[in-house]
Amino acid sequence: MKSILPILSVVAAIIALWYAGAVWMNSSWTLEQAQRAGTKPSLAEIIADTMHQERAVLPPPHQVVAELWDSTVNKRISSKRSLVFHGWVTLHATLWGFALGAAVGMGLAVSIVYFRVMDMSVMPWAIISQTVPIVAIAPMIIVVTNLIGIEDRLVPKAMISAYLCFFPILVGMVKGLRSPDAMQLDLMKTYNASGAQGFFKLRLPASLPYLFTSMKIGIAAALVGTIVGELPTGALRGLGARILVGDQFGPPIRIWSALMAASILAAALVGVVGLIQRVTLKRMGMAR
Amino acid sequence: MVQTGQNDAVIRAEKLSLTFETNDGPVNALKDVSLEVNPGDFVSFIGPSGCGKTTFLRVIAALEEPTAGSITVNGMSPDEARRARAYGYVFQAAGLYPWRTIGGNVKLPLEIMGFSRAEQEERVRKVLELVDLAGFEKKYPWQLSGGMQQRASIARALSFDADILLMDEPFGALDEIVRDHLNEQLLKLWARTRKTIAFVTHSIPEAVYLSTRIVVMSPRPGRIADVIESPLPADRPLDIRDTPEFLDVAHRVREGLRAGHSYDD
Repeated sequence: MKSILPILSVVAAIIALWYAGAVWMNSSWTLEQAQRAGTKPSLAEIIADTMHQERAVLPPPHQVVAELWDSTVNKRISSKRSLVFHGWVTLHATLWGFALGAAVGMGLAVSIVYFRVMDMSVMPWAIISQTVPIVAIAPMIIVVTNLIGIEDRLVPKAMISAYLCFFPILVGMVKGLRSPDAMQLDLMKTYNASGAQGFFKLRLPASLPYLFTSMKIGIAAALVGTIVGELPTGALRGLGARILVGDQFGPPIRIWSALMAASILAAALVGVVGLIQRVTLKRMGMAR
Repeated sequence: MVQTGQNDAVIRAEKLSLTFETNDGPVNALKDVSLEVNPGDFVSFIGPSGCGKTTFLRVIAALEEPTAGSITVNGMSPDEARRARAYGYVFQAAGLYPWRTIGGNVKLPLEIMGFSRAEQEERVRKVLELVDLAGFEKKYPWQLSGGMQQRASIARALSFDADILLMDEPFGALDEIVRDHLNEQLLKLWARTRKTIAFVTHSIPEAVYLSTRIVVMSPRPGRIADVIESPLPADRPLDIRDTPEFLDVAHRVREGLRAGHSYDD
Protein backbone atom coordinates (compact mmCIF):
# COMPACT_ATOMS: atom_id res chain seq x y z
CA MET A 1 0.00 0.00 0.00
CA LYS A 2 3.02 2.25 0.42
CA SER A 3 3.35 2.34 -3.36
CA ILE A 4 -0.09 3.88 -3.85
CA LEU A 5 0.93 7.45 -3.01
CA PRO A 6 3.74 7.78 -5.58
CA ILE A 7 1.53 6.20 -8.24
CA LEU A 8 -1.31 8.60 -7.49
CA SER A 9 1.04 11.59 -7.61
CA VAL A 10 2.30 10.53 -11.04
CA VAL A 11 -1.28 10.04 -12.26
CA ALA A 12 -2.23 13.47 -10.93
CA ALA A 13 0.77 15.03 -12.67
CA ILE A 14 -0.14 13.35 -15.97
CA ILE A 15 -3.76 14.54 -15.73
CA ALA A 16 -2.61 18.09 -14.95
CA LEU A 17 -0.24 18.06 -17.95
CA TRP A 18 -3.01 16.62 -20.11
CA TYR A 19 -5.41 19.42 -19.19
CA ALA A 20 -2.72 22.03 -19.81
CA GLY A 21 -1.98 20.45 -23.18
CA ALA A 22 -5.68 20.35 -24.06
CA VAL A 23 -6.07 24.05 -23.32
CA TRP A 24 -2.99 24.92 -25.32
CA MET A 25 -3.75 22.74 -28.35
CA ASN A 26 -7.49 23.35 -28.54
CA SER A 27 -7.32 27.10 -27.99
CA SER A 28 -6.27 27.86 -31.58
CA TRP A 29 -9.63 26.63 -32.83
CA THR A 30 -11.42 28.72 -30.19
CA LEU A 31 -9.47 31.82 -31.21
CA GLU A 32 -10.13 31.16 -34.88
CA GLN A 33 -13.86 30.95 -34.25
CA ALA A 34 -13.77 34.10 -32.14
CA GLN A 35 -11.91 35.97 -34.86
CA ARG A 36 -14.52 34.98 -37.44
CA ALA A 37 -17.30 36.08 -35.12
CA GLY A 38 -15.42 39.27 -34.36
CA THR A 39 -15.45 38.74 -30.59
CA LYS A 40 -12.58 38.88 -28.13
CA PRO A 41 -12.98 36.05 -25.61
CA SER A 42 -11.45 36.32 -22.14
CA LEU A 43 -8.90 33.76 -20.89
CA ALA A 44 -11.58 32.07 -18.77
CA GLU A 45 -13.86 31.80 -21.79
CA ILE A 46 -11.07 30.30 -23.89
CA ILE A 47 -10.29 27.70 -21.26
CA ALA A 48 -13.96 26.84 -20.82
CA ASP A 49 -14.36 26.40 -24.57
CA THR A 50 -11.36 24.05 -24.91
CA MET A 51 -12.99 21.67 -22.44
CA HIS A 52 -15.91 20.54 -24.59
CA GLN A 53 -15.13 20.89 -28.27
CA GLU A 54 -16.77 18.46 -30.67
CA ARG A 55 -13.56 17.80 -32.65
CA ALA A 56 -10.89 18.65 -30.12
CA VAL A 57 -7.27 18.19 -31.24
CA LEU A 58 -6.48 16.86 -27.78
CA PRO A 59 -9.66 15.95 -25.93
CA PRO A 60 -9.28 16.61 -22.19
CA PRO A 61 -9.43 13.57 -19.85
CA HIS A 62 -13.06 13.98 -18.81
CA GLN A 63 -14.20 13.93 -22.45
CA VAL A 64 -12.20 10.74 -23.07
CA VAL A 65 -13.60 9.12 -19.93
CA ALA A 66 -17.13 10.14 -20.93
CA GLU A 67 -16.66 8.69 -24.42
CA LEU A 68 -15.15 5.55 -22.91
CA TRP A 69 -18.16 5.23 -20.59
CA ASP A 70 -20.56 5.88 -23.43
CA SER A 71 -18.98 3.33 -25.75
CA THR A 72 -18.70 0.57 -23.15
CA VAL A 73 -21.65 0.86 -20.78
CA ASN A 74 -24.27 2.60 -22.94
CA LYS A 75 -23.83 0.40 -26.02
CA ARG A 76 -24.97 -3.16 -26.52
CA ILE A 77 -21.94 -5.48 -26.18
CA SER A 78 -22.60 -6.96 -29.61
CA SER A 79 -22.81 -3.51 -31.22
CA LYS A 80 -20.08 -2.37 -33.61
CA ARG A 81 -19.96 0.85 -31.61
CA SER A 82 -19.17 -0.92 -28.36
CA LEU A 83 -15.57 -0.85 -27.18
CA VAL A 84 -16.30 -4.01 -25.23
CA PHE A 85 -16.99 -5.72 -28.55
CA HIS A 86 -13.80 -4.38 -30.16
CA GLY A 87 -11.82 -5.01 -26.99
CA TRP A 88 -12.96 -8.62 -26.95
CA VAL A 89 -11.92 -9.11 -30.58
CA THR A 90 -8.48 -7.74 -29.75
CA LEU A 91 -8.18 -9.70 -26.51
CA HIS A 92 -9.16 -12.91 -28.26
CA ALA A 93 -6.38 -12.55 -30.85
CA THR A 94 -3.92 -11.37 -28.19
CA LEU A 95 -4.46 -14.45 -26.07
CA TRP A 96 -4.03 -16.75 -29.07
CA GLY A 97 -0.93 -14.84 -30.12
CA PHE A 98 0.47 -14.95 -26.61
CA ALA A 99 -0.15 -18.69 -26.33
CA LEU A 100 1.52 -19.27 -29.68
CA GLY A 101 4.42 -16.92 -28.90
CA ALA A 102 4.95 -18.42 -25.44
CA ALA A 103 4.95 -21.95 -26.87
CA VAL A 104 7.44 -21.00 -29.60
CA GLY A 105 9.58 -18.97 -27.20
CA MET A 106 9.74 -21.68 -24.54
CA GLY A 107 10.30 -24.44 -27.08
CA LEU A 108 13.16 -22.56 -28.72
CA ALA A 109 14.61 -21.68 -25.32
CA VAL A 110 14.75 -25.32 -24.24
CA SER A 111 16.38 -26.38 -27.51
CA ILE A 112 18.85 -23.48 -27.36
CA VAL A 113 19.92 -24.43 -23.84
CA TYR A 114 20.24 -28.13 -24.64
CA PHE A 115 21.64 -28.04 -28.18
CA ARG A 116 24.68 -25.97 -29.00
CA VAL A 117 23.75 -26.06 -32.67
CA MET A 118 20.46 -24.32 -31.89
CA ASP A 119 22.26 -21.77 -29.75
CA MET A 120 24.64 -20.96 -32.60
CA SER A 121 22.04 -20.97 -35.38
CA VAL A 122 18.71 -19.86 -33.96
CA MET A 123 19.69 -17.24 -31.40
CA PRO A 124 21.16 -14.72 -33.91
CA TRP A 125 18.03 -15.05 -36.07
CA ALA A 126 15.78 -14.54 -33.10
CA ILE A 127 17.59 -11.28 -32.40
CA ILE A 128 17.49 -10.21 -36.05
CA SER A 129 13.76 -10.97 -36.18
CA GLN A 130 13.17 -8.19 -33.68
CA THR A 131 15.01 -5.59 -35.76
CA VAL A 132 12.50 -5.96 -38.59
CA PRO A 133 9.80 -3.28 -38.26
CA ILE A 134 6.58 -5.04 -37.40
CA VAL A 135 4.47 -2.56 -39.39
CA ALA A 136 6.31 -3.73 -42.51
CA ILE A 137 5.75 -7.41 -41.81
CA ALA A 138 2.17 -7.19 -40.60
CA PRO A 139 0.50 -6.40 -43.97
CA MET A 140 2.57 -9.13 -45.63
CA ILE A 141 1.43 -11.73 -43.14
CA ILE A 142 -2.19 -10.64 -43.65
CA VAL A 143 -1.91 -10.77 -47.44
CA VAL A 144 -0.15 -14.12 -47.49
CA THR A 145 -2.56 -15.82 -45.08
CA ASN A 146 -5.43 -14.43 -47.15
CA LEU A 147 -3.82 -15.74 -50.37
CA ILE A 148 -3.50 -19.25 -49.02
CA GLY A 149 -7.18 -19.20 -48.24
CA ILE A 150 -7.39 -18.36 -44.56
CA GLU A 151 -10.36 -16.04 -44.32
CA ASP A 152 -10.36 -15.55 -40.57
CA ARG A 153 -8.49 -12.41 -39.65
CA LEU A 154 -7.74 -13.98 -36.26
CA VAL A 155 -4.96 -16.15 -37.72
CA PRO A 156 -2.69 -13.42 -39.13
CA LYS A 157 -3.35 -11.22 -36.10
CA ALA A 158 -2.32 -13.97 -33.70
CA MET A 159 0.77 -14.62 -35.82
CA ILE A 160 1.86 -10.99 -35.73
CA SER A 161 1.16 -10.93 -32.02
CA ALA A 162 3.22 -14.09 -31.50
CA TYR A 163 6.03 -12.63 -33.62
CA LEU A 164 6.36 -9.75 -31.18
CA CYS A 165 5.96 -11.64 -27.93
CA PHE A 166 8.01 -14.79 -28.47
CA PHE A 167 11.30 -12.93 -28.18
CA PRO A 168 11.17 -11.61 -24.61
CA ILE A 169 9.88 -15.01 -23.49
CA LEU A 170 12.69 -16.78 -25.34
CA VAL A 171 15.37 -14.54 -23.82
CA GLY A 172 13.94 -14.77 -20.29
CA MET A 173 13.52 -18.52 -20.45
CA VAL A 174 17.06 -19.09 -21.79
CA LYS A 175 18.45 -16.98 -18.98
CA GLY A 176 16.31 -18.81 -16.44
CA LEU A 177 17.19 -22.29 -17.71
CA ARG A 178 20.86 -21.34 -17.52
CA SER A 179 20.57 -19.84 -14.04
CA PRO A 180 21.54 -22.99 -12.06
CA ASP A 181 25.26 -22.72 -11.31
CA ALA A 182 27.95 -25.31 -11.97
CA MET A 183 27.67 -26.63 -8.42
CA GLN A 184 23.96 -27.39 -8.76
CA LEU A 185 24.55 -29.13 -12.08
CA ASP A 186 27.41 -31.14 -10.52
CA LEU A 187 25.11 -32.12 -7.69
CA MET A 188 22.62 -33.55 -10.19
CA LYS A 189 25.49 -35.44 -11.79
CA THR A 190 26.52 -36.98 -8.47
CA TYR A 191 22.98 -38.34 -8.15
CA ASN A 192 23.36 -39.81 -11.64
CA ALA A 193 20.20 -37.92 -12.58
CA SER A 194 18.84 -38.33 -16.10
CA GLY A 195 18.55 -35.37 -18.46
CA ALA A 196 14.79 -35.23 -17.93
CA GLN A 197 15.23 -35.22 -14.16
CA GLY A 198 17.79 -32.42 -14.42
CA PHE A 199 15.30 -30.46 -16.50
CA PHE A 200 12.16 -30.97 -14.43
CA LYS A 201 13.73 -30.90 -10.98
CA LEU A 202 16.36 -28.22 -11.48
CA ARG A 203 16.34 -26.14 -14.65
CA LEU A 204 12.60 -25.67 -15.08
CA PRO A 205 11.77 -24.54 -11.53
CA ALA A 206 14.89 -22.35 -11.50
CA SER A 207 13.70 -20.66 -14.69
CA LEU A 208 10.21 -19.73 -13.48
CA PRO A 209 10.98 -16.35 -11.87
CA TYR A 210 12.74 -15.29 -15.09
CA LEU A 211 9.95 -16.69 -17.22
CA PHE A 212 7.22 -14.78 -15.41
CA THR A 213 9.08 -11.50 -15.67
CA SER A 214 9.51 -11.95 -19.40
CA MET A 215 5.90 -13.09 -19.82
CA LYS A 216 4.76 -9.76 -18.40
CA ILE A 217 6.72 -8.01 -21.14
CA GLY A 218 5.55 -10.61 -23.64
CA ILE A 219 1.83 -10.21 -23.06
CA ALA A 220 2.04 -6.44 -23.43
CA ALA A 221 3.99 -6.96 -26.66
CA ALA A 222 1.34 -9.45 -27.81
CA LEU A 223 -1.34 -6.80 -27.41
CA VAL A 224 0.70 -4.29 -29.41
CA GLY A 225 1.20 -6.92 -32.10
CA THR A 226 -2.52 -7.61 -32.33
CA ILE A 227 -3.35 -3.92 -32.62
CA VAL A 228 -0.73 -3.50 -35.34
CA GLY A 229 -2.34 -6.47 -37.08
CA GLU A 230 -5.70 -4.67 -36.97
CA LEU A 231 -4.39 -1.45 -38.45
CA PRO A 232 -3.96 -2.36 -42.14
CA THR A 233 -7.05 -1.65 -44.19
CA GLY A 234 -9.66 -4.33 -44.27
CA ALA A 235 -9.96 -4.85 -40.55
CA LEU A 236 -13.31 -3.69 -39.28
CA ARG A 237 -13.18 -5.11 -35.84
CA GLY A 238 -10.81 -4.71 -32.92
CA LEU A 239 -9.28 -1.79 -31.07
CA GLY A 240 -6.73 -1.30 -33.85
CA ALA A 241 -9.46 -0.96 -36.46
CA ARG A 242 -11.27 1.43 -34.18
CA ILE A 243 -8.13 3.55 -33.89
CA LEU A 244 -7.67 3.58 -37.65
CA VAL A 245 -11.30 4.45 -38.38
CA GLY A 246 -11.25 7.17 -35.77
CA ASP A 247 -8.06 8.47 -37.30
CA GLN A 248 -9.38 8.68 -40.83
CA PHE A 249 -13.12 9.25 -40.58
CA GLY A 250 -14.47 9.64 -37.10
CA PRO A 251 -13.96 12.30 -34.45
CA PRO A 252 -10.50 12.19 -32.80
CA ILE A 253 -12.13 11.38 -29.48
CA ARG A 254 -12.69 7.86 -30.83
CA ILE A 255 -8.94 7.29 -31.20
CA TRP A 256 -8.38 8.50 -27.71
CA SER A 257 -10.99 6.32 -26.14
CA ALA A 258 -9.76 3.30 -28.13
CA LEU A 259 -6.22 4.07 -27.03
CA MET A 260 -7.36 4.35 -23.45
CA ALA A 261 -9.21 1.06 -23.75
CA ALA A 262 -6.09 -0.57 -25.18
CA SER A 263 -3.92 0.62 -22.32
CA ILE A 264 -6.47 -0.50 -19.74
CA LEU A 265 -6.50 -3.89 -21.43
CA ALA A 266 -2.69 -4.02 -21.40
CA ALA A 267 -2.56 -3.09 -17.73
CA ALA A 268 -5.14 -5.76 -16.92
CA LEU A 269 -3.24 -8.43 -18.86
CA VAL A 270 0.08 -7.55 -17.20
CA GLY A 271 -1.74 -7.50 -13.87
CA VAL A 272 -3.16 -10.98 -14.42
CA VAL A 273 0.27 -12.40 -15.31
CA GLY A 274 1.69 -10.65 -12.26
CA LEU A 275 -0.97 -12.21 -10.08
CA ILE A 276 -0.26 -15.69 -11.44
CA GLN A 277 3.43 -15.02 -10.82
CA ARG A 278 2.83 -14.01 -7.24
CA VAL A 279 0.60 -16.99 -6.48
CA THR A 280 2.91 -19.50 -8.18
CA LEU A 281 6.13 -18.26 -6.59
CA LYS A 282 4.46 -18.07 -3.24
CA ARG A 283 3.30 -21.65 -3.49
CA MET A 284 6.83 -22.63 -4.50
CA GLY A 285 8.18 -20.83 -1.44
CA MET A 286 10.25 -18.41 -3.51
CA ALA A 287 8.35 -15.27 -2.53
CA ARG A 288 9.53 -13.89 0.77
CA MET B 1 49.44 -56.55 4.25
CA VAL B 2 49.53 -55.05 0.79
CA GLN B 3 47.23 -57.83 -0.37
CA THR B 4 44.51 -57.12 2.18
CA GLY B 5 44.83 -53.42 1.47
CA GLN B 6 44.14 -54.09 -2.16
CA ASN B 7 40.94 -55.91 -1.36
CA ASP B 8 39.62 -53.51 1.21
CA ALA B 9 40.54 -49.99 0.11
CA VAL B 10 37.49 -47.84 -0.62
CA ILE B 11 39.47 -45.39 -2.70
CA ARG B 12 42.75 -46.28 -4.32
CA ALA B 13 44.69 -43.80 -6.43
CA GLU B 14 47.94 -44.71 -8.13
CA LYS B 15 50.23 -42.18 -9.79
CA LEU B 16 47.19 -40.08 -10.53
CA SER B 17 47.82 -36.94 -12.60
CA LEU B 18 45.51 -34.33 -13.99
CA THR B 19 46.62 -31.53 -16.28
CA PHE B 20 44.26 -28.72 -17.23
CA GLU B 21 44.91 -27.11 -20.59
CA THR B 22 44.47 -23.37 -20.12
CA ASN B 23 45.23 -20.37 -22.29
CA ASP B 24 48.35 -19.78 -20.22
CA GLY B 25 49.59 -23.30 -20.90
CA PRO B 26 49.07 -26.56 -19.07
CA VAL B 27 48.44 -26.51 -15.32
CA ASN B 28 49.36 -29.55 -13.27
CA ALA B 29 46.44 -29.75 -10.87
CA LEU B 30 47.56 -33.20 -9.69
CA LYS B 31 50.90 -34.94 -10.19
CA ASP B 32 51.61 -38.57 -9.28
CA VAL B 33 49.17 -38.74 -6.41
CA SER B 34 49.03 -42.20 -4.80
CA LEU B 35 46.75 -42.82 -1.86
CA GLU B 36 44.59 -45.45 -0.27
CA VAL B 37 41.54 -44.74 1.82
CA ASN B 38 40.22 -47.59 3.94
CA PRO B 39 36.65 -48.22 5.04
CA GLY B 40 35.62 -46.05 7.96
CA ASP B 41 38.55 -43.65 7.52
CA PHE B 42 38.10 -39.96 8.04
CA VAL B 43 40.66 -38.49 5.68
CA SER B 44 41.28 -34.77 5.46
CA PHE B 45 42.98 -33.07 2.55
CA ILE B 46 44.67 -29.87 3.53
CA GLY B 47 46.80 -27.42 1.60
CA PRO B 48 46.90 -23.95 0.10
CA SER B 49 44.66 -23.09 -2.82
CA GLY B 50 45.87 -24.62 -6.05
CA CYS B 51 47.24 -27.75 -4.36
CA GLY B 52 44.64 -29.95 -6.06
CA LYS B 53 42.72 -31.05 -2.97
CA THR B 54 39.34 -30.16 -4.45
CA THR B 55 40.40 -31.53 -7.83
CA PHE B 56 41.27 -34.84 -6.19
CA LEU B 57 37.87 -34.99 -4.55
CA ARG B 58 36.23 -34.22 -7.88
CA VAL B 59 38.23 -37.00 -9.55
CA ILE B 60 36.94 -39.44 -6.92
CA ALA B 61 33.41 -38.22 -7.71
CA ALA B 62 33.97 -38.55 -11.49
CA LEU B 63 33.37 -34.84 -11.91
CA GLU B 64 36.88 -34.57 -13.40
CA GLU B 65 38.72 -37.00 -15.62
CA PRO B 66 42.36 -37.78 -14.66
CA THR B 67 44.89 -37.49 -17.50
CA ALA B 68 47.20 -40.22 -16.21
CA GLY B 69 47.36 -42.90 -13.52
CA SER B 70 44.55 -45.00 -12.16
CA ILE B 71 41.91 -44.66 -9.51
CA THR B 72 39.26 -46.99 -8.19
CA VAL B 73 36.31 -46.25 -5.92
CA ASN B 74 34.77 -49.31 -4.25
CA GLY B 75 36.81 -51.35 -6.72
CA MET B 76 35.17 -49.64 -9.70
CA SER B 77 36.11 -46.75 -11.91
CA PRO B 78 34.90 -43.43 -10.46
CA ASP B 79 32.27 -43.13 -13.18
CA GLU B 80 30.90 -46.59 -12.43
CA ALA B 81 30.87 -45.67 -8.76
CA ARG B 82 28.98 -42.49 -9.58
CA ARG B 83 26.42 -44.49 -11.54
CA ALA B 84 26.15 -46.91 -8.62
CA ARG B 85 25.54 -43.85 -6.40
CA ALA B 86 28.43 -44.83 -4.17
CA TYR B 87 28.97 -41.46 -2.57
CA GLY B 88 27.23 -38.37 -1.25
CA TYR B 89 28.86 -35.05 -2.10
CA VAL B 90 28.71 -31.95 0.08
CA PHE B 91 29.76 -28.72 -1.58
CA GLN B 92 31.15 -25.57 -0.03
CA ALA B 93 27.79 -23.84 -0.43
CA ALA B 94 24.71 -25.63 0.82
CA GLY B 95 23.07 -25.17 -2.59
CA LEU B 96 19.59 -25.97 -1.36
CA TYR B 97 16.82 -25.35 -3.88
CA PRO B 98 14.93 -22.25 -2.74
CA TRP B 99 11.67 -23.65 -4.13
CA ARG B 100 11.85 -26.76 -1.99
CA THR B 101 11.37 -27.07 1.75
CA ILE B 102 14.17 -28.59 3.81
CA GLY B 103 12.35 -31.92 3.67
CA GLY B 104 11.88 -31.49 -0.09
CA ASN B 105 15.56 -30.77 -0.56
CA VAL B 106 16.61 -33.86 1.37
CA LYS B 107 14.09 -35.83 -0.65
CA LEU B 108 15.54 -34.67 -3.98
CA PRO B 109 18.14 -37.44 -4.41
CA LEU B 110 15.59 -39.99 -3.16
CA GLU B 111 13.10 -38.91 -5.83
CA ILE B 112 15.78 -39.09 -8.49
CA MET B 113 16.88 -42.53 -7.35
CA GLY B 114 13.33 -43.81 -7.31
CA PHE B 115 12.73 -44.64 -3.67
CA SER B 116 9.11 -45.33 -2.74
CA ARG B 117 7.05 -42.52 -1.19
CA ALA B 118 6.93 -44.16 2.21
CA GLU B 119 10.65 -44.85 2.19
CA GLN B 120 11.35 -41.24 1.18
CA GLU B 121 9.41 -39.91 4.14
CA GLU B 122 11.06 -42.36 6.50
CA ARG B 123 14.57 -41.53 5.31
CA VAL B 124 14.01 -37.78 5.39
CA ARG B 125 12.83 -38.04 8.97
CA LYS B 126 15.81 -40.17 9.93
CA VAL B 127 18.58 -38.06 8.38
CA LEU B 128 17.06 -34.78 9.57
CA GLU B 129 17.18 -36.21 13.05
CA LEU B 130 20.77 -37.26 12.46
CA VAL B 131 21.81 -33.67 11.70
CA ASP B 132 19.63 -32.23 14.46
CA LEU B 133 17.09 -30.63 12.15
CA ALA B 134 14.02 -32.60 13.20
CA GLY B 135 11.01 -30.29 13.03
CA PHE B 136 12.45 -28.10 10.27
CA GLU B 137 11.13 -30.29 7.49
CA LYS B 138 8.50 -27.79 6.34
CA LYS B 139 10.73 -24.70 6.52
CA TYR B 140 12.22 -23.09 3.45
CA PRO B 141 16.01 -22.68 3.19
CA TRP B 142 15.89 -18.90 3.58
CA GLN B 143 14.23 -19.38 6.97
CA LEU B 144 17.36 -21.21 8.25
CA SER B 145 20.80 -19.93 9.29
CA GLY B 146 23.86 -20.72 7.17
CA GLY B 147 24.98 -23.46 9.55
CA MET B 148 21.55 -25.09 9.52
CA GLN B 149 21.45 -24.93 5.72
CA GLN B 150 24.80 -26.69 5.54
CA ARG B 151 23.53 -29.34 7.95
CA ALA B 152 20.53 -29.82 5.68
CA SER B 153 22.86 -30.28 2.73
CA ILE B 154 24.77 -32.93 4.70
CA ALA B 155 21.45 -34.63 5.43
CA ARG B 156 20.74 -34.55 1.70
CA ALA B 157 24.07 -36.26 0.98
CA LEU B 158 23.39 -38.88 3.66
CA SER B 159 19.78 -39.59 2.73
CA PHE B 160 20.43 -42.34 0.20
CA ASP B 161 22.94 -44.02 2.50
CA ALA B 162 26.03 -44.16 0.30
CA ASP B 163 29.09 -45.58 2.04
CA ILE B 164 31.31 -42.66 1.11
CA LEU B 165 30.85 -39.03 2.01
CA LEU B 166 32.88 -36.51 0.01
CA MET B 167 32.98 -33.07 1.59
CA ASP B 168 34.52 -30.07 -0.14
CA GLU B 169 35.20 -27.36 2.46
CA PRO B 170 31.65 -27.74 3.76
CA PHE B 171 32.16 -25.35 6.66
CA GLY B 172 34.51 -22.93 4.90
CA ALA B 173 31.94 -20.15 4.61
CA LEU B 174 30.76 -20.35 8.24
CA ASP B 175 32.04 -18.49 11.27
CA GLU B 176 34.31 -20.24 13.73
CA ILE B 177 31.78 -20.77 16.50
CA VAL B 178 29.29 -22.43 14.17
CA ARG B 179 32.13 -24.36 12.61
CA ASP B 180 33.27 -25.78 15.98
CA HIS B 181 29.77 -26.90 16.68
CA LEU B 182 29.36 -28.54 13.28
CA ASN B 183 32.74 -30.24 13.57
CA GLU B 184 31.65 -31.79 16.83
CA GLN B 185 28.37 -32.91 15.28
CA LEU B 186 30.11 -34.31 12.23
CA LEU B 187 32.34 -36.50 14.39
CA LYS B 188 29.30 -37.84 16.23
CA LEU B 189 27.58 -38.48 12.93
CA TRP B 190 30.62 -40.28 11.58
CA ALA B 191 30.85 -42.41 14.75
CA ARG B 192 27.19 -43.38 14.36
CA THR B 193 27.17 -44.09 10.64
CA ARG B 194 30.73 -45.41 10.15
CA LYS B 195 30.92 -43.82 6.71
CA THR B 196 34.18 -43.30 4.93
CA ILE B 197 34.69 -39.56 4.76
CA ALA B 198 37.01 -37.58 2.52
CA PHE B 199 37.09 -34.00 3.72
CA VAL B 200 38.75 -31.02 2.06
CA THR B 201 39.67 -28.08 4.26
CA HIS B 202 42.17 -25.27 4.61
CA SER B 203 41.89 -25.12 8.39
CA ILE B 204 44.62 -26.93 10.33
CA PRO B 205 42.64 -27.28 13.60
CA GLU B 206 39.64 -28.59 11.68
CA ALA B 207 41.74 -31.19 9.85
CA VAL B 208 43.50 -32.37 13.00
CA TYR B 209 40.35 -32.42 15.10
CA LEU B 210 38.29 -34.44 12.63
CA SER B 211 40.62 -36.85 10.90
CA THR B 212 42.06 -40.28 11.40
CA ARG B 213 44.43 -39.39 8.56
CA ILE B 214 45.58 -36.03 7.31
CA VAL B 215 46.86 -35.68 3.76
CA VAL B 216 48.98 -32.57 3.43
CA MET B 217 49.16 -31.32 -0.14
CA SER B 218 51.27 -28.69 -1.86
CA PRO B 219 50.76 -26.74 -5.06
CA ARG B 220 52.40 -26.43 -8.49
CA PRO B 221 52.22 -29.25 -9.27
CA GLY B 222 49.50 -30.47 -6.91
CA ARG B 223 50.93 -33.41 -4.96
CA ILE B 224 50.96 -35.11 -1.57
CA ALA B 225 53.59 -33.65 0.74
CA ASP B 226 52.86 -35.74 3.82
CA VAL B 227 50.36 -38.26 5.16
CA ILE B 228 49.86 -38.15 8.92
CA GLU B 229 48.14 -40.91 10.88
CA SER B 230 46.43 -39.24 13.78
CA PRO B 231 47.36 -40.63 17.21
CA LEU B 232 44.31 -38.98 18.77
CA PRO B 233 41.66 -41.24 20.32
CA ALA B 234 38.37 -41.80 18.55
CA ASP B 235 36.46 -40.00 21.26
CA ARG B 236 37.28 -36.33 20.85
CA PRO B 237 35.75 -33.60 22.97
CA LEU B 238 36.38 -30.07 21.65
CA ASP B 239 38.99 -29.33 24.31
CA ILE B 240 41.21 -32.09 22.98
CA ARG B 241 42.54 -29.24 20.86
CA ASP B 242 44.49 -27.96 23.87
CA THR B 243 46.32 -31.24 24.54
CA PRO B 244 50.00 -31.67 23.61
CA GLU B 245 49.14 -34.58 21.27
CA PHE B 246 46.81 -32.38 19.28
CA LEU B 247 49.34 -29.58 19.08
CA ASP B 248 52.00 -32.08 17.97
CA VAL B 249 49.89 -33.21 15.04
CA ALA B 250 48.99 -29.63 14.16
CA HIS B 251 52.68 -28.78 14.23
CA ARG B 252 53.50 -31.60 11.86
CA VAL B 253 50.77 -30.46 9.46
CA ARG B 254 52.16 -26.96 9.54
CA GLU B 255 55.66 -28.28 8.83
CA GLY B 256 54.34 -30.22 5.86
CA LEU B 257 52.58 -27.15 4.50
CA ARG B 258 55.71 -25.06 4.93
CA ALA B 259 57.88 -27.65 3.15
CA GLY B 260 55.47 -27.62 0.25
CA HIS B 261 55.54 -23.86 0.04
CA SER B 262 59.35 -23.57 0.02
CA TYR B 263 59.39 -24.53 -3.68
CA ASP B 264 57.70 -21.25 -4.43
CA ASP B 265 60.34 -18.85 -3.21
